[in-house]
Amino acid sequence: MATEFVARGADLELKGIRKEFPGFTAIEDLDLHIPAGEFFALLGPSGCGKTTTLRLVAGLDEPTKGQILIGGKDVTHTKAHERPVNTVFQSYALFPHMSVLENVAFGLKQRKIDDPMSKAQASLDLVELGHLALRRPAQLSGGQQQRVALARALVNRPSLLLLDEPLGALDLKLRRQMQIELKAIQMEVGLTFLHVTHDQEEAMDMADTVAVMNKGRIEQMGSPEKLYDRPKTVFVSKFLGQSNLFVGNVEEENASSISINVAGSKITVPKDRAEKHKGKIAVGVRPEKAFFHEEKPKLGAGHNLIGPGEIIDIRFTGVSNQYLIEIPNLGNVTVFAQNIGKSPVTELGAKVWVSWKVEHAFGLSDLPTNTGNETITESITVQ
Amino acid sequence: MAFAAFSHGGGGSKKTAAPASKGSGKVALLLLLPGLLYLAVFFIAPLFSLIATSLQTMDISSGFPIYNYGFQVSNYVDVVSQYGPQIFRSFFYALLATISALVISYPLAYFIGVKARRWPLLQGLMLTLVIAPFFISFLLRTFAWKQIFSNESWIVNTLQSTGLLANDQYLVGTPFMVIFGLTYAFIPFMTLPIYSTLERLDIRYLEAGADLYASPVTTFRKITLPLSLPGIISGTLLTFIPIAGDYVNASRDFLGSTETAMIGNVVETNYLQINDYPAASALSVLLMLAILLLVTFYVKRSGTDDLL
Repeated sequence: MATEFVARGADLELKGIRKEFPGFTAIEDLDLHIPAGEFFALLGPSGCGKTTTLRLVAGLDEPTKGQILIGGKDVTHTKAHERPVNTVFQSYALFPHMSVLENVAFGLKQRKIDDPMSKAQASLDLVELGHLALRRPAQLSGGQQQRVALARALVNRPSLLLLDEPLGALDLKLRRQMQIELKAIQMEVGLTFLHVTHDQEEAMDMADTVAVMNKGRIEQMGSPEKLYDRPKTVFVSKFLGQSNLFVGNVEEENASSISINVAGSKITVPKDRAEKHKGKIAVGVRPEKAFFHEEKPKLGAGHNLIGPGEIIDIRFTGVSNQYLIEIPNLGNVTVFAQNIGKSPVTELGAKVWVSWKVEHAFGLSDLPTNTGNETITESITVQ
Repeated sequence: MAFAAFSHGGGGSKKTAAPASKGSGKVALLLLLPGLLYLAVFFIAPLFSLIATSLQTMDISSGFPIYNYGFQVSNYVDVVSQYGPQIFRSFFYALLATISALVISYPLAYFIGVKARRWPLLQGLMLTLVIAPFFISFLLRTFAWKQIFSNESWIVNTLQSTGLLANDQYLVGTPFMVIFGLTYAFIPFMTLPIYSTLERLDIRYLEAGADLYASPVTTFRKITLPLSLPGIISGTLLTFIPIAGDYVNASRDFLGSTETAMIGNVVETNYLQINDYPAASALSVLLMLAILLLVTFYVKRSGTDDLL
């Protein structure tokens, strides 16, 4: 049993994890290493296997195959109550028959740690709920319950803290506040955090490393900046932010770049930003990196230029205007323009050209399921 | 109170009705009237009649007893001194049978309500089996047990031949048999309330317990058991109260003998055979008061005051 009262995080390693449920496979051959002290986010849509992964690490389910190591120790067959891991559950799962303080002290008492009550009180003070220690969980608001759940897990100083969409039930303002607090606590106590979420903004905002999960596999893993700048698959390019995608055959190749032909337009991408260099590939660009021009601009070789097309939709979102431009044979392209008081064009139906720097393009390893010249601009943004 | 005992679930019964507007007050009273009348005629009036009867004086000047209304408090003293053993036995048997029923029912209810959740068909089947005995008359079932454990039955023969019972020892008529019969008869009343709390038990609390270093045994003790306490309280009340007043199982005609007589049997004898109505009434009032006291104390101690 993990009786030592550690104050440092441990690393987590998953080796060849596979989890099958009757009728379907939730996780297929998952390999993952999370260094000690890191804030790691598993990001994916519901049903992608991220919560299952978390439950395997917590010991609430056993993998069909593979190994789980925490701090280098194999815990694959260790029972949940013997693992140096604590979880902040999505439902909080606060014990309704105990006071808030008793809830927080529960883990400490089980491990027979000295003075559990004052440690629990200190932990409640950390989440600024010390004054509500004697209330029952049902008497607290959702946000307060969430903080109690966090305190109940943190007070144990686990080697690894698991967070199962803990901010899902909160309203936007409270969620922002909790995100900042969580990050601050993680930095302060230096624990390893494994955060499971479907909220891409939350994952990018808080995590050191994000792993995007889809259909039981990790599609791509890296720092939020890298994932956003250089998605490798269609799924990642769509799930993390929005993307304009173009599909075509590679027709030109030189030392540093390749060009595809999309309905007569040439779109170039640097070789080191493309996953594939031959055949039919998908090339994308982020909407905020694309610009539109009312007259055909004279641009150098460092730019891609498509058009002319027609503005068919303008959305005002506060910080930016989102333009949807229909380009014949190419499909729809989304362009974000910063709202700095001089939007280039504001009326619908205007004739425009779209350009972006070659260095902002990225080439993907797979193709959108709806192949052809259609561009994929929708994104999955869950609020 | 017995009705309140059905509505377990923590503070469920603490809910207050929405404040009624002034006009609906009269309507509410009108709607309540049939119920209040029913209670007055069939509960309050008989209760007063019972208390009045228990204080009657006996006049034997005419050769046979005639009872007149009076204030003969000594009736109570008499029955207590005369039937002390039976009063004690009633509560002792009720306690043993309630504990036995709890020991049998809790695992059963846990299995149906928690373990069998993955198999709704099995869950339904087992629940039906728990209730199934109600389809047969209580008397018939008790008689059946008498037959099964009769002196010539193979069970008794086997027990005698293996030496567990002496050759002149039998089961029917023993305290064991009465407590067995009482336990059997009231198992559904214990199982159903416990089942209904366990059925709603959120498994995630148990996972949180395991996550917070509690072994399965500790998780059960610290989480499952306290969360199912309302069901246990309801079940024990629904079992203990009727058992204490039961007169079928302990009767000589069924599983008992004169040595196993409980208050119910004494009341029956006094009322129907000796025709000592004041004694029978006094015993009934005493039984009611004793149960009320015990239950109040029990509910207060168990911290589920809102059941009352």
